Amino acid sequence: MIPEIGHLALIIAFVFATGLAVIPMWGAVRGNIAALNLAPTLAMGVLVFVSIAFAMLAISFLDDDFSVAVVAANSNSLLPPIFKFSALWGNHEGSLLLWVLILSGWMAAVSWFSQGLPRVMVARVLSVMGMIAIGFLAFSLLTSNPFERLLPNIPLDGNDLNPLLQDPGLIIHPPLLYMGYVGLSVPFAFAIAALLGGRLDASWARWSRPWTNVAWGFLSLGIMLGSWWAYYELGWGGWWFWDPVENASFMPWLMGTALVHSLAVTEKRGVFRAWTVLLAIFAFSLSLLGTFLVRSGVLTSVHAFASDPERGLFILIFLALVIGGSLLLYALRAPTVASRINYTAVSRESLLMVNNLVFTVSTIIVLLGTLFPLVMDAFSLGKYSVGPPYFNAVFVPLMALVMPFMAIGPLSRWREDSAARWLHELLVPGAVVVVFAVAVPFLFGGEFNVWIALAVLLAGWVAVGVLKDLWRRLGVGSGYGLRWQALTPSFLGMAMAHLGFAAVVMGAVVVTQLNEERDLLMEVGDVEFLGGYRFELTGLSREAGPNYMADQAVFEVTQGDQVIATLIPEKRRYFASGQMMTEAAIDASVWRDLYIALGEPIEEGAWAVRLQFKPMVRWLWLGGALIGFGALLTVADRRYRRQSTRHSAPLAEASGLAR
Amino acid sequence: MRVKRFIPLAVFALLALLLFKGLSIDPTALPAARLGQPFPDFSQPELLTEELIDASALRPGPALVNVWATWCYSCRVEHPYLLALAEQGVPIYGLNYKDDSEKARQWLADLGDPYRLNIADRDGTVGLDLGVYGAPETYVLGADGVILHRHVGVLDQAVFEQDIGQWFPALAKLGQANAPEGSAQ
Repeated sequence: MIPEIGHLALIIAFVFATGLAVIPMWGAVRGNIAALNLAPTLAMGVLVFVSIAFAMLAISFLDDDFSVAVVAANSNSLLPPIFKFSALWGNHEGSLLLWVLILSGWMAAVSWFSQGLPRVMVARVLSVMGMIAIGFLAFSLLTSNPFERLLPNIPLDGNDLNPLLQDPGLIIHPPLLYMGYVGLSVPFAFAIAALLGGRLDASWARWSRPWTNVAWGFLSLGIMLGSWWAYYELGWGGWWFWDPVENASFMPWLMGTALVHSLAVTEKRGVFRAWTVLLAIFAFSLSLLGTFLVRSGVLTSVHAFASDPERGLFILIFLALVIGGSLLLYALRAPTVASRINYTAVSRESLLMVNNLVFTVSTIIVLLGTLFPLVMDAFSLGKYSVGPPYFNAVFVPLMALVMPFMAIGPLSRWREDSAARWLHELLVPGAVVVVFAVAVPFLFGGEFNVWIALAVLLAGWVAVGVLKDLWRRLGVGSGYGLRWQALTPSFLGMAMAHLGFAAVVMGAVVVTQLNEERDLLMEVGDVEFLGGYRFELTGLSREAGPNYMADQAVFEVTQGDQVIATLIPEKRRYFASGQMMTEAAIDASVWRDLYIALGEPIEEGAWAVRLQFKPMVRWLWLGGALIGFGALLTVADRRYRRQSTRHSAPLAEASGLAR
Repeated sequence: MRVKRFIPLAVFALLALLLFKGLSIDPTALPAARLGQPFPDFSQPELLTEELIDASALRPGPALVNVWATWCYSCRVEHPYLLALAEQGVPIYGLNYKDDSEKARQWLADLGDPYRLNIADRDGTVGLDLGVYGAPETYVLGADGVILHRHVGVLDQAVFEQDIGQWFPALAKLGQANAPEGSAQ
């Protein structure tokens, strides 16, 4: 009964989404106020019924209803309840439902927080989102029904959740990532609504900016958590693999980074208008493309869902309609009159243009690398895989290229600035950074490493730009006391995100350069030295978990006389699937991680063991968290709240209804 | 100027065509490095007898060479189907790939032995010459010992009928009349 209620709720949600896509849009064309005003109600209807469907599927999982195909394939009666719940989105059908749930959540949020916006704008935005919801609900109902039953042969127990996914990281990683992915539909919908209304001005940018920042912030956090999860759960201590599925989430992030900055220019200066619209379309298009790549089986990947060409065809048609349609709309309606160029080459506008160029090119680079194997295959030119060497060779220099400009950006002035002023602001701190970059090996010991020196130089430079800006805003040395009110949430958010970026660069370079690892055969009593630490294998044992059996090894880690940690890596064998899993043991700290993973038992009492010393690896995720939370912080800025109340202008005047 | 606005749309159209083409491609269909060539020569012990064998032991064809190992979970899944195929008279040679021979012998004793013989490729050199991607994999050898086809992944009835049955015409009809056990997997 429960699954049928869920199925029915999903169908009703589809009806509401159809209404949302049609009625307010019709109202906007005809100037029918009653139809416009239905938009928030219809959006709420979609949210309510998708929530019911989601809840019913969650109940099916928690109740071990193995008559439901998805539950039987992805859960097991022995699975701890929290994983039964997260197993819901550890598969294609359920994660699609999560996708739709989050989309409807974003719709409800837009209708809630946009009460001060012109109603016709809100109606158009919600209507566009309703169209997207139609596509995904139809996808779910027609090709991937999560409520499908296995009747009459109900399995006695389920196949269990993939052990890799039985992890706290996987409880929050997909929802956060989807918040970002799907959240990019909001600026997309605003862009389409603005194109439809023929009103592409600064107010459009101002309205979509906070939404973009939030979505991009969640996307940052989602990617960061994914990287962290891969690090401790896959068992080999890698943190980024340039895997097609990672790239699928990274491309919208890169495009979103360009969008976040381009929106700032459009909002403040009214330039880059057509370009910003295009970026908003691209960012969401890439998140749809990612969905296609992950779920169609076009590319092979460690974490792609089971391939199914029929589903692939469905998403491809949907993709063609959404992306093709919006690009056609762009071609027809984008402002043809170039905005007056009222800025000089030395200005904040130009610096932000550099950001846009670099991040757009980076996106293209990643897209090409991801699709290259497909292109070669499509033209029967052979099977290829594009690996990290390509991506690193192209991507790393691009990031290095953007960093010199990152420090100047926040300090620079709109419209017209002077290189002499930049020099004046940054000469002294810049010199300090150069000296520091060269002196690092002497300060911390170790040999001179040119890559680390470069990383310190660039990351330090970015940090200096942020600190100098902070210094100036606070009015240090002005004699009037500190101006704390100058530290607005949007400034603090930007500062956090830029510092976070610098931290990610530091972490990435240092752990790549100074990582030490050793694969060994160890018996009880064996001792090994790595990174200045002494690792002793003191015992082996076998422990039972709730749904697995684990071989454990106990390592005592010491440095000099000091006991650092007792690390217990495990090799687990899961009962239901028979799958083997490596649980790495990690001693984490800001400056270094010690990482032990068990390989295979080689002979009686001896195990293949991998020891790793990973300096500054935490900086990657600390930096990622700073970027994400920084972006989220910006929406606390008062001017966004002011905007929304100030703009309750008369409907027809503000809406472009008359056009 | 207007035409410029259509560039993104045109680029996307090309991309969509590519993706459409991509849908009809099976990414697991890897080409065998040695398709159309004879099975690479080798000299390895037979798993059970420990006698040294070479490529001439894999005749007469047509026959299947199945790459398997005890560490490979999917091999356990396809094993019943291999037994059924052997029962029907399909000659199957095994390549016990990067495996512990003791465990492999135990596996065959426990689960049944569908193989005419098994190459004990303990260090994986034969697999390397052959271009093995992982286990399980199944190769079709022609009467002259030439590699005709390669299948990556679990071999089941659907795969056999679609891709492999053509080389075993005598079996095609029989297989339909009497569906082998284990095909449900």
